[in-house]
Formats: sequence, C-alpha cells, structure tokens
Amino acid sequence: MQRQVPLSLCFLAGVFMFVQFFIPVKWMETIYSEALTWAIVISFFAYFLGLFSLVRLHANKVKRNQPDKIYSVVTLAGLAVMLFFGLVLPLAGLVFGFDTGLDGIGEGTVVNWVFYHMQVPMQATMFSILAFYIASAAYRAFRIKNLEAALLLFAAILVMIGRVPLGHAISEFFPDAANWILTVPNLATKRGIMIGVGLGMISMSLKIILGIERHYLGGD
Amino acid sequence: MRRRIADALIFLPAIVPILLLPVAASAMLTACDQANDGGGAIVLEWSKEDVLDAETVRIFRSESMDGEFEEAGSVPGFEVSFKDNREVLNNTPYYYRIVADLLDGSRVEISTTSPAMASVQYFHLGRLNILIGSLLTSFLVMLFIYKARAGQELYIRPIAGIEAVDEAIGRATEMGKPILYVSGLGSIADIATLAAISILGRVARKAAEYDTPLLVPCRDPIVMTVQQEIVKEAYMSMSRPDAYREENIFYITDSQFGYVAAVDGIMIREKPATNFYMGMFFAESLLLAETGASTGAIQIAGTDMVTQIPFFITSCDYTLIGEELYAAGAYLSGEPLLLGSLKGQDWTKFAIVILVMAGILATFFGFDAVQDWFITQ
Repeated sequence: MQRQVPLSLCFLAGVFMFVQFFIPVKWMETIYSEALTWAIVISFFAYFLGLFSLVRLHANKVKRNQPDKIYSVVTLAGLAVMLFFGLVLPLAGLVFGFDTGLDGIGEGTVVNWVFYHMQVPMQATMFSILAFYIASAAYRAFRIKNLEAALLLFAAILVMIGRVPLGHAISEFFPDAANWILTVPNLATKRGIMIGVGLGMISMSLKIILGIERHYLGGD
Repeated sequence: MRRRIADALIFLPAIVPILLLPVAASAMLTACDQANDGGGAIVLEWSKEDVLDAETVRIFRSESMDGEFEEAGSVPGFEVSFKDNREVLNNTPYYYRIVADLLDGSRVEISTTSPAMASVQYFHLGRLNILIGSLLTSFLVMLFIYKARAGQELYIRPIAGIEAVDEAIGRATEMGKPILYVSGLGSIADIATLAAISILGRVARKAAEYDTPLLVPCRDPIVMTVQQEIVKEAYMSMSRPDAYREENIFYITDSQFGYVAAVDGIMIREKPATNFYMGMFFAESLLLAETGASTGAIQIAGTDMVTQIPFFITSCDYTLIGEELYAAGAYLSGEPLLLGSLKGQDWTKFAIVILVMAGILATFFGFDAVQDWFITQ
C-alpha cells in the first residue's frame, strides 16, 4: 500500500500530462497550469527542510568544535542577519508599527546591500574563475598524445583563429573553415547526442510512469 | 501642356474621394479559427502592402455585418496579424474590420467579407508526428521489456564509465577517504536528476558494503529529501543502518555559484578520493571537475547537457555521454526489465537513422513533404 499509492498517482499524473499535450481543450490546460502552481507551492515548503538541514549541519560542526568551524559560524551568522533584517524586523514593524528603514528587501535595506555588495560580487568572482579553468582544461585537452588529440588541436586552432578579427584579416578561409566545423561536424555530433538524450528521456519517463523504475521512491 | 493639366483638374474632384475611401476590394482581411486550440480564439491576417506606413492598426469586431463594431485590440503598424482571444465565444460568427492609422494622418479600413467562428479542436494535429514517434518508441521499449520478462538474454554493450564505478568506490575505501556525489543543479522534475538518483542508490549500496563515507551536497531541498531516503534504504538493504549518516546528505544553497563554492571547498578540505557528477550541469561543470582533478580524485561524470560534455571529458577520468546517464541505473542494476528498455532505445535509434536517411534521399529528389512532416508545432 505504501508503494502502490504513490506509484498509482505517478501513473495517473504521467498519463494525464502525456495526453494533455495532444488534446488542447481548456480544462486540461487549466489542470496542467494548476499542477505547475502546486509544484511551486510544494517546493516553497521544501525550503524549510533545506533550512533545517543547513542549520543542523553547521550547528553540529560548531558544537563539535571541528577544525573548519569558522566557515560554519560565518554561514550561520549570514543566515541569521538576512533572516533578521529580511523577515523578523519587518514583521515586528508591522505588528508594533515602526519602520527602521533598514528592514525589508527594498533599496537601502540591509538585505539589499548584502545581496548587491557581497553575494553578487562573490558569485561573479566564482564565475570569472571559469576563464582560468577553461585555459587549464584546454591545455590538457590539446596536448598531442595521439591522432585524435592532434585533430582536436588542429580544429581548435582553426575555430579560434576564424572567430576573431585577425582570422578575417589573414584570409577568408579561416572564418569559413571555422563556420564549417561548427555547423557541420560539430552540429551533427551534437544532434546525434541530443537524439539519444531524447530517446533516453522517453524511455526513462515510460519506466517511471509504468512503475518499472521506482528508485526515486527509495529502495529497490 | 496647359490643356493636359486642365483635363486632369476636371477629374480631380472625382479622384480625391476615391483616395480617401477604404482600400479597394483587392485589400484582403482574412479571419479564421485559431488552429489546434481549445477554442475562444480567432486569428486575423492582412497584407503589409495594404497598410503601408501605418502607425497603429486597430481591430474592431461585431456579431453582425451591419451591427455596431467594438474595438477588440490594437497592434503596432508593422504587424500583419492579430489573435483575438478576448471573450470570443465558440461557434458564434464574428465580423472583423481593421482601421490602420497612417503616419500622414489618413486612415485605411479593411473589412472581412465573411464571418469567422472559433471552435474547439479535440486533437492537436500539429503534434501528430510527436504522438506517432512517442508511440513507436514506447512500443519498442515495451516489446523488449516483455522479451526480458520472458527470460530472453539481452546483450548490452559495455560502457567504460559505468564499469569503473565499483573500481572508483574501491579506491576511496582503500584510501580511507570519502566519496563525493554531486547530482547537479536539476530539480526533481528533471529526468537527468531522476537518473542521478537511480545511480546514487547503487553507489550508496557499494559505499555501505565497503563502509566508506558518502557525501551528497544538494542544491534542491526536495532532491535532498529523496536522496536521504535513497541512501538510507541502500544502507538498510546492506544491513548497515548504523553506518548511515543523514547529515552527510545535506542542503547547501540554490545559488549556482554559491553551491559550486561550497562543493569546491568540500573537495579541498575533505579531499574525497572519488567524485561523481551525475545529472544536469551548467557553467559550474568545469569549476567542479577541475577542482576535483586538482585534488587527485578519480572522477566519473554523466550529463545530458550537450554543452557541458566536453568539459567533463577533459577533466574527468570517465564520462557518461548523454543517454548513457539514463542507461547507467539500468546497467548497474542488471535488472532484465530495465535492460530491456535500453534495448528498445537502441532499436528506436536504428529506426531514426533509417528515417534520417530516407529524409535525405526524399529531399535530394525534391520530395519536401517528408521533411515538412517532421516539423513540430
């Protein structure tokens, strides 16, 4: 029973979603959009689980005096500050009728300042590191160890020269060759992978709808 | 010369009203039911030449040709179509008229000559090809599942990345280091995440068997909850519930680069011997894989994101390319029913190759209808 109910629900929902894609009547579209709204609502509640997990993990690290506990302290402090200024203080302001001007999420508030002056730059920093990692990964990939690696290097050089103004200045051959590599062999390979992915998705969905694949329920 | 001008002036009073009148009968305004919808919509189309230099085009609607026309909407002058879905009743005739306000201040009116009616379609004909393709794939998958159930031996080609899973877990056990399992940025609604969860179950069983710590940082709280259950069940099935640590499957953040920073930090501090990256990955794939490579971990990746596959191939020891990610769960389980579905997929691919070749030949010989049939709406 514990497994049959979720499997039956999955089957009904899966069949409905498949059928509604082909039958464009209004009531089916309404159920589809409502189901998506429900999913958003449910995922919102799931964030409480995430919050609980985060606090428990880092509180345990601090409690057990682990060597890297400083990171946990920073995480918990950040969480507390954002919750206090973003949720607790505005609620208190509503109940007791005051406005500090620092709470809430609008411009000039603590949450806004932390987001734009700490979180966004830190995220941008992580993203920018990607450029260096691409360089190191390219170096590893382009080392000529065999014929395939040599071909890869040759193709990469052509594409790189063909995509910059220097390539145009040297000869029109470079941009044409770069475009040919990208639009013929490269695209054909991509499409081959994408066809495989599409079929894999259909097969996986079918297995889930029919209850053959049930690992997502836990256990075998 | 003077006489010619005088002759022309005689006709001027007759010409001017014609210029100010609505466009002649050659101007066309077509109105018809929106195809493949649930009703309540009529599509209007007109020619750009008829409303040249229009600033705006206003659309008017009436239930009778001689009745009062009410405004149904307006579009910028460069548009040549309008979809009327505002309180349009099904099976009710509507007459339309468009009024184009030209840049020089004049107006052009065009009316429909026959009424249009909205109606419900109970099948989306533009998606018939998808239905046939899906049913064909489903039939082949079901056929091979049935064959597998009947006990037929099915050969599945070996996939290096999947065969290396046991070796990678064994390495972590020998080194006394944890295993890191990253299931990507996808939500529970993504097929790739479900495939990653399926593989996690197998990895967790091996980890439980070898008593090796398994760390699973999560980006989505729902995925985290499911993964906790999967790992818990795996430990219980190996009779090791005591070794299960719920806190090892934990939530980090839903911020893409915040998540990467945290996972990279875990790699640097904990130095896991084996890293698994399975699921949906975006720009963070190389940040994760390169950091993992720098710590000397053996790395196995699998993703269906075509743009990230080259990064994983470069930085990881083994990579499951595209559909191999979906196959991995079935492959690792060795269950005939799941293996049967893989065989069905392979036969569908063979059918697609035949269709692609037929399409190439048909287009080569000028039969574009074959190519057109594969266009979806």
